[in-house]
Amino acid sequence: MQKQQISVLAKQKKYNALGPCANIFTSINTGSWRLERPEVNYSECVKCGICAMYCPANVITINKTEKECVQFMWDYCKGCGICANECPKSCIAMIEEKEGE
Amino acid sequence: MIDIKSETQGYVAHGVSACAGCGMELIIRNILDVLGDDTTVVIPPGCSALFCGFGKETALKIPAFQGNLENSAAYATGIRAGYRAQGNNHTTVLVYAGDGGTLDIGLQSLSGMMERGEDVLYVCYDNEAYMNTGIQGSSATPFHAWSTTTPAGKNVMKKDLLSIAIAHRVPYCASCSMGNIPDLRHKFEKAKSIQGPRVIHVFSPCPTGWGIKPAKSVEVSRMAIQTGMWILYEYEYGKLKVNIKPKSLEPICTYLKMQKRFKQVTDEQMEELQQLVTANYNKMLKMEKI
Amino acid sequence: MSVYKMLDGNAAAVEAIKMAKVKVVSAYPITPQTTIAEKLSEICANGELNAEYIRVESEHSAMSCVIGAQLTGVRAATASASVGIALMHEVLNVASGCRVPIVMPVVNRSLASPWSLWCDHQDTMAERDSGWIQMYCENVQDVFDTMIMAYRIAESPRVLTPVMVCLDGFFLSHSMQKILVPEQGEIDKFIGEYKPQNLVLDPTDPVIIDDLTGSNENTEMMYQQAVGFKNAIPEMEKVFSEFENEFGRKKSLIEGYNTNDADAVIVCLGSMSGTAKYVSDLMREQGIKVGVIKVVAFRPFPYKALREVIGNITKVAVLDRTAGLGGEGTPLWIEIKAALTDKNLLIKNYIAGLAGRDINIETIKSVYTDILAGQSSDSPVWIDCDVEHAGLIREVSINDRH
Repeated sequence: MQKQQISVLAKQKKYNALGPCANIFTSINTGSWRLERPEVNYSECVKCGICAMYCPANVITINKTEKECVQFMWDYCKGCGICANECPKSCIAMIEEKEGE
Repeated sequence: MIDIKSETQGYVAHGVSACAGCGMELIIRNILDVLGDDTTVVIPPGCSALFCGFGKETALKIPAFQGNLENSAAYATGIRAGYRAQGNNHTTVLVYAGDGGTLDIGLQSLSGMMERGEDVLYVCYDNEAYMNTGIQGSSATPFHAWSTTTPAGKNVMKKDLLSIAIAHRVPYCASCSMGNIPDLRHKFEKAKSIQGPRVIHVFSPCPTGWGIKPAKSVEVSRMAIQTGMWILYEYEYGKLKVNIKPKSLEPICTYLKMQKRFKQVTDEQMEELQQLVTANYNKMLKMEKI
Repeated sequence: MSVYKMLDGNAAAVEAIKMAKVKVVSAYPITPQTTIAEKLSEICANGELNAEYIRVESEHSAMSCVIGAQLTGVRAATASASVGIALMHEVLNVASGCRVPIVMPVVNRSLASPWSLWCDHQDTMAERDSGWIQMYCENVQDVFDTMIMAYRIAESPRVLTPVMVCLDGFFLSHSMQKILVPEQGEIDKFIGEYKPQNLVLDPTDPVIIDDLTGSNENTEMMYQQAVGFKNAIPEMEKVFSEFENEFGRKKSLIEGYNTNDADAVIVCLGSMSGTAKYVSDLMREQGIKVGVIKVVAFRPFPYKALREVIGNITKVAVLDRTAGLGGEGTPLWIEIKAALTDKNLLIKNYIAGLAGRDINIETIKSVYTDILAGQSSDSPVWIDCDVEHAGLIREVSINDRH
C-alpha cells in the first residue's frame, strides 16, 4: 500500500486504493510450461556466463566456486532452449522433461 | 509499498507469461537492470503490458502506469513534468512500447514528445507486428513478411523509426538487438546519462509470430545483424555511428529462411530485397562519414 | 477582500486555474477555448503562475499529460471544447477510472458534423457517461466560482472524481462581465494545497497503476465510482454552503427561480437560464406565473433536489441544446422524466440553440406559451426548425452513375 494512502486512509480503519492498481510482486510458476530442460555438461563448461546473459527469464546463475556452476531456477525456467543454443562450447543439451529426475 | 511475494534478481519477476524465447522479456530485464529502481515506466497495452500485471499482482518492482496504446509519450511527458514540478529531476521516465504503439498509432504523441524535447527515454521493442492480438501486420512489419493481415506478404517496406527520430533532432537515438546484450546495455548506460528525448529501437524476435523455435530467437537476432537486415547504430548529438560492422554481409536468405513468416518469398523478391538491404547498409556507412 | 474585474468566461476559468496553483498545464488550442490555452501559456511564461506549460500536439495528449502529471502528486490543468473533448474521450475514462481529480473547463461547442464553431451541448452530453462530474455555468461569475468549488469537490477523498466545468462557447467564453475575484489568500484557505488522496507514481514507494483488471473487480471498481458520484451530492452541498459563507454567493445543485406558485417552468442548462429568468420576470409582470429551473449539476444528476424544487408545478418544459438523436428525448429531458416519473406532470421536450442558434426572448416566450397551452407531444419540439425547409436545403443533383 502507498504511504499516501496509509496516512489518509488509516483513519478510516480500512485501507482502500481507489481504481486499478497492483502492488503484490509475484511470479507465476512458468516452470510448469517446460517440455524440455537444459542439462549442462560441466566438464566442458568454461563458466563464460553467456547462457545467463541471454536467458529471457533470468533464471540462470553462474556460481564459479561450485562444480555444478550453472544453476537454474526450475520454478521459472520455461525450457526455451536459448541457453543451449547460445552456449559457445555447446555443452548444454535440451532433454525431455520426463527423462529427468 | 510493493509487497514482495516471490524474490527475484532484478526488478522484473522471473515467472511472467511472455512466450518462451520472447525477446521483449530479455530486453526489459536488461533495461531496468541498467536504469535501476529510480525509474518510472509507462507501458501501453500489448505484450509488454503483462509486466504491469493482472489484478493486484504485478511483475515490476518500480512504479508503472499502463497507458493507452497511442499516448505513452504523452503520459510520460506529464509524469516527467509532474516530477520536475516537485524538484525531482533524477528519476528516469521510461516508455516501453511495441512497434504498433510506437510507429502506427503512437507516432503522433511520440513526435510531439521528441519535438518538444521532453526528458523521456522512449524504447520501442520491435517484434514487427501486433503480436499480442495475434500477429497482425504493423507499419514495422518488414517487406514480404507474412502476418494475418498481410497474408500474401507485406508489399511495402518497414517504417524507419530512427530516421524519424533523427529528423526531430533528438540528442540520442540508437538501435539495439536481443542478439547483442552487451551493446544494448552499453547504449542504455549512455541513454541514462543524457537529458532530453532519447529513442531506442530494439530488435525483439517473437518466436510465435515469426515461426521460429524459441531457442532460435537470439540466433535470428544475430543473423539479422550479420545480414544487414538490422543495423546496430547510434546517433548522438548529430553524429551517426554504426556500432557493429560485419566483415562481409551474409546473404539475407540465411536470415529469411530461418523464419516461417518469409516462406512465401520468391527468388525475385529475395533478390529485390537483397539489393535494398545492401543499399541501405552502404547508405548507413556513408552517413557515418558525414 | 474580493475585487471587481472585467473578465470573459475563458479568462475567469484561467483566473481560477491560476489561483488553484496548478503545477502543470497542458493544452491544445481549439475555438472557442483558444484564449484559455493562450492565457495559460502566457502566465506560465511570465511567472504569474509557477507552472510548466506543455505545448502538446493534440487534446488526446493534453489529457494524457495532465493525467500523468497529476498522478505524480500535483494539480494539473487543461481545457478544451467540441471535437477536442471528443478526441479526449478515451482518456477521459482513464482519468475517472483511475480516480484522478482533474478539474477541466469545457467551452461548449457543437460537434462535427455539420462543422460549426458555435455553442451547443452536444460535446459534453456525449461525455455524460465518462465518469466525470459535470457542472454548467450561467454567467462569468459562475464560471469562476464553479471552477474554484470544483477543486474542492473533485479532490474530496469521498469523491475523487474529475470535474468538467461547462461554459457556453462565445456566450460565456467571449462575453466580458464584471465579476468578483477573491484574494489569493482567501482561495488558498478555501481550496488548500493539493494533497494526493489516492494512487501516486512515486519511485520511493512504487505501485503499478491501471493494470489489467478482471471482470469481477471491474464491476466493483465501477461501483466505487458510483459511490463517488453518490458522495458528490452531499459534498457539493457542503462546498456550496462553505462557499456562500466565505464569499457570499449562493450556489445550489438545482436553482429554482420564480418557481413558487408557478404554473409552468423551463428547465435548462447553462447561459440560456439567464435569458429564461429575464423572460419569466417579464411574463410575471403581465401576470403569467412562470419560472425557471437551472440545472447546475448534470452529473451526478440531483434527483432529490429537483423534486424539491418542482414542488407543485405541473407543466415542465425541458429546453435542451442537444438533439438527443435516436432517443425518446434529449439527455436533460430523459433525466427530468426519470426524476419525476411517479408524478403525473406534463414534461415536454424542446430542442433549441443548436450550433449557437439564438435563444432569445421570443424563443423563451414561445416555449412558455406552448407549455402553458398544455398540449403533450410524443416527440421533442424543434424550436425555429423550418421542417419544410429541412427537406430542401442543399439539394444537389447527383449525376447518373454507370
